[in-house]
Amino acid sequence: MVDPVPLLIMGSGPAGLAAAQEAVRAGVGALLLDEQPTGGGQIYRALGEATGERQKTLGTDYAAGAPLLTVLSAQCLDHQPGATVWEVSPDGTVYYTRQGQARAVSAEQVILCSGAMERPMPFPGWTLPGVMTCGAAQILLKGAGVFPASGAVLAGSGPLLLLLAKQLIGARARLAAVVDTTPADNYRGALKYLPGALRTPGYLLKGLSMIRTLSASGVPWYRGASGLEAIGDDAVAGLRFKVRGRQHEVACSNLFLHQGVVPNVQLSRSLGLEHHWDGLQRCWRPILDGWGASALERIAVAGDAGGIMGARAAEAHGRLAALGALNRIGVLSETERDRRAAGARAVYRREILPRPFLDRLYRPHPDYLQPADDTIVCRCEEVTAGQIRKYVELGCLGPNQTKAFGRSGMGPCQGRVCGLTVSEIIAQARGVPLEQVGYYRIRPPIKPVTLGELATLEQPEDA
Amino acid sequence: MARPSYDVIVVGAGLHGLSCALNLAREGLKVVALDKDHPGRHASGVNAGGVRRLGRHEAELPLTMAALEIWHRIEQEVGDSCGFVACDQIKVAESGSEADTLQARLLRLRELGYDHEQWIDADELRRRVPAIAPHCVGAVLCAGDGSANPFRTVMAYRRAALSAGVEIRENCPALALSPAGSGWRVDTPQGPLDGGAVMNCAGTWGNTIARALGEPVPVTPAALMLMITERLAPFLKPVLGAAGRTLSFKQFDNGTLLIGGGHRGTAEPECNRSRVKMVGLSISAQTVGALFPQLADVRVVRSWAGLEGMMPDDIPVIGPSSRADGIYHAFGFCGHGFQLAPITGRIMADLLVRGHSGLPIEAFRIDRFAAADMAAMDTPEQRISA
Ligand SMILES: Cc1cc2nc3c(=O)[nH]c(=O)nc-3n(C[C@H](O)[C@H](O)[C@H](O)COP(=O)(O)OP(=O)(O)OC[C@H]3O[C@@H](n4cnc5c(N)ncnc54)[C@H](O)[C@@H]3O)c2cc1C
Ligand SMILES: Cc1cc2nc3c(=O)[nH]c(=O)nc-3n(C[C@H](O)[C@H](O)[C@H](O)COP(=O)(O)OP(=O)(O)OC[C@H]3O[C@@H](n4cnc5c(N)ncnc54)[C@H](O)[C@@H]3O)c2cc1C
Repeated sequence: MVDPVPLLIMGSGPAGLAAAQEAVRAGVGALLLDEQPTGGGQIYRALGEATGERQKTLGTDYAAGAPLLTVLSAQCLDHQPGATVWEVSPDGTVYYTRQGQARAVSAEQVILCSGAMERPMPFPGWTLPGVMTCGAAQILLKGAGVFPASGAVLAGSGPLLLLLAKQLIGARARLAAVVDTTPADNYRGALKYLPGALRTPGYLLKGLSMIRTLSASGVPWYRGASGLEAIGDDAVAGLRFKVRGRQHEVACSNLFLHQGVVPNVQLSRSLGLEHHWDGLQRCWRPILDGWGASALERIAVAGDAGGIMGARAAEAHGRLAALGALNRIGVLSETERDRRAAGARAVYRREILPRPFLDRLYRPHPDYLQPADDTIVCRCEEVTAGQIRKYVELGCLGPNQTKAFGRSGMGPCQGRVCGLTVSEIIAQARGVPLEQVGYYRIRPPIKPVTLGELATLEQPEDA
Repeated sequence: MARPSYDVIVVGAGLHGLSCALNLAREGLKVVALDKDHPGRHASGVNAGGVRRLGRHEAELPLTMAALEIWHRIEQEVGDSCGFVACDQIKVAESGSEADTLQARLLRLRELGYDHEQWIDADELRRRVPAIAPHCVGAVLCAGDGSANPFRTVMAYRRAALSAGVEIRENCPALALSPAGSGWRVDTPQGPLDGGAVMNCAGTWGNTIARALGEPVPVTPAALMLMITERLAPFLKPVLGAAGRTLSFKQFDNGTLLIGGGHRGTAEPECNRSRVKMVGLSISAQTVGALFPQLADVRVVRSWAGLEGMMPDDIPVIGPSSRADGIYHAFGFCGHGFQLAPITGRIMADLLVRGHSGLPIEAFRIDRFAAADMAAMDTPEQRISA
């Protein structure tokens, strides 16, 4: 086993990078792990390598990450890219694989900054080849500059849908259509949160600019769409949907889906941390204190992994979590921690103001929280929504019991993709609140590790 | 209001508890089975599903034979296949001295009159398991064993018990035991229950009741670990073990591999949980690598641990209390109780209804441990909290 480190930060997105900055500033040698080959997380992915041209396409928010990335060259930071973390145990031991070698590091404090993942959007045909998430499309665009020159349809709802549309239009892709599923009454529902959101107006202005770009581009933009169905035999060939009762069909060779992001809770779940159900965001979040600290004394969670907050709030949250951890290991006094935290705390408070408005506005369409019976929900094991409903009729009470009836959630992704949907379906079928239904028990490894890699794990002397 | 009263109260609704309850109800008795959690929450729901006679302790041989007979007609017994499929179980020898040990056991089995285990040489082993590493020198084969789906088996026993009239109470821990009239009273958060007899099928927690009766045994909790891989093209039919290393290895019909070994995780029975220890799983991965080097790139997708009660002599407690009338024990199955569950229920019902079992169960007596064993158990780290 490698010597214990004082602070281990997992994830090099805005939260992890900001945490690393605070550690460097306090003179603490932190270990920063991320499975990606470069730092930056989702928003600043591959920023360090991006050409001026690509940066222009991706916009000013993207380029804004540059100052944060400078921490990666700090002397006392041990940055290990390409390190996939697959288990964190409650005692602060972190297991990961890098260059084919499995390692275990024990840390006095661990900050999990594993970010968000896209909420799956299941409807008939969503598993056809050629259908992928907007996030995956954006990863190709950021990492390799690759995008379909024509024939792509973007469907769903949420800021990332509009952002990707804007970025693709900027890259001169000819989009076949944007199909927006945001229900009309979401606008009314969100109205009461508008005053709060206006106190940090940057987000709304950005949204308006994306909408202007899309309107001006001439790309067909359908709003209030429902009843989506992807069609095609071996690969997606088109998208069918309804708008105000009228059936539409758009031919496409790529279909990019999105309906918001949710915290990536696989690690916090596998640690056995308690989570509470966020009814507005319709997702689980681990229970944390004001410093991102969990009930386990060595484990904190920061950024979107602790609740969807957006890049700038995540950055501030990462700072707070690091300052809390530095205090717990005795490097910063409480006074010093609070002094250094004041700025970040103010940023955090300001940046989360627009959240309730955005969350309410982009609440997923019920069709895709409660997919029709013949829709595949668990992709790994090909279990349909109807099968899950059948299990409930047979007495299945929650996600963990579904495993006794079928195999949903038992494939390689361990329910990462189907977990939320399965809970939603069971809750509705049983007619009980989702909190009561719970979530899959997540077992390590939270990312697949090969037998060969696992075999290379160094054995501690006392094993 | 009259308190509900039962002929028998079964404490613990794992497979052994359910099997007892089912067999008792089929004798026409009124039975309630309690579980502090729910059926299958512990060892019975998360084990490797091995239906194995291979390598059994001598004392268990008559039981394992009788159990296998039921497994082969499990659908008649409980109305569901339980996912049981018959297949060979194989234990490989990687060296001459391991082969000697295995063959010595075969001789001993012959003396006892058993021939279910057979020696196969290196060529025959390779014919049956073409992917095995070339250094393996031979193996013991047990034909007609098999494997089943643990959770499905629990659910099948649960349904069968319910339809035989058993009442199952979940989230209902037995908190205290006291004599009441000619029988026993079990206190639970759902109120006291009165029964003519009590069956202790509490698995890892079996000592809770044994201690209350003044007959504790040296049972220690262990977190046994398993891992599952991604799907592979079929290459392995038998269930495989090794003579010199702890391994249990099989491929499911869906292509995934199940890998287990004797390495233990962290057992916390007092918190009702267990956790895997990656170093132990790493040793299992090394073992697989030694026997099947071509599997190095196969991805592990999930691992878990389950709590099991282990005994110093590696066999369970089965039989009546040595201290109190009307109390019977069946717990501490040492990592191999899944296969035995169908027969334990039969034995326990016979003990209660007829006063004896047709099978030899003398070796499983609760009072078989010497005072020395008990003294060893009383060291704090081995004590399980009641
Ligand atoms: C697909 C996607 C695209 C997005 N694009 C944008 C965008 O363009 N603009 C925008 O404003 N917001 C975008 N967001 C929202 C954005 O993620 C957040 O606002 C912000 O990045 C959150 O920062 P974070 O540090 O909490 O997490 P992230 O930036 O997501 O960083 C998490 C990091 O953890 C690493 N990680 C996760 N699991 C492991 C593991 N097991 N082992 C090792 N490393 C791991 C990841 O590789 C990643 O680098 C996107 C979100 C998603 C899911
Ligand atoms: C990982 C693993 C792999 C295994 N592989 C195999 C295999 O391949 N083949 C094989 O034959 N065996 C195997 N076993 C062993 C087998 O699973 C067990 O021997 C068997 O399931 C034990 O059943 P049980 O009913 O005694 O215990 P359990 O299943 O543990 O049931 C006991 C029940 O009692 C309940 N309980 C405890 N105390 C109380 C109380 N005070 N009040 C109410 N309820 C209480 C518990 O909640 C529990 O549900 C394996 C075990 C494990 C853990």
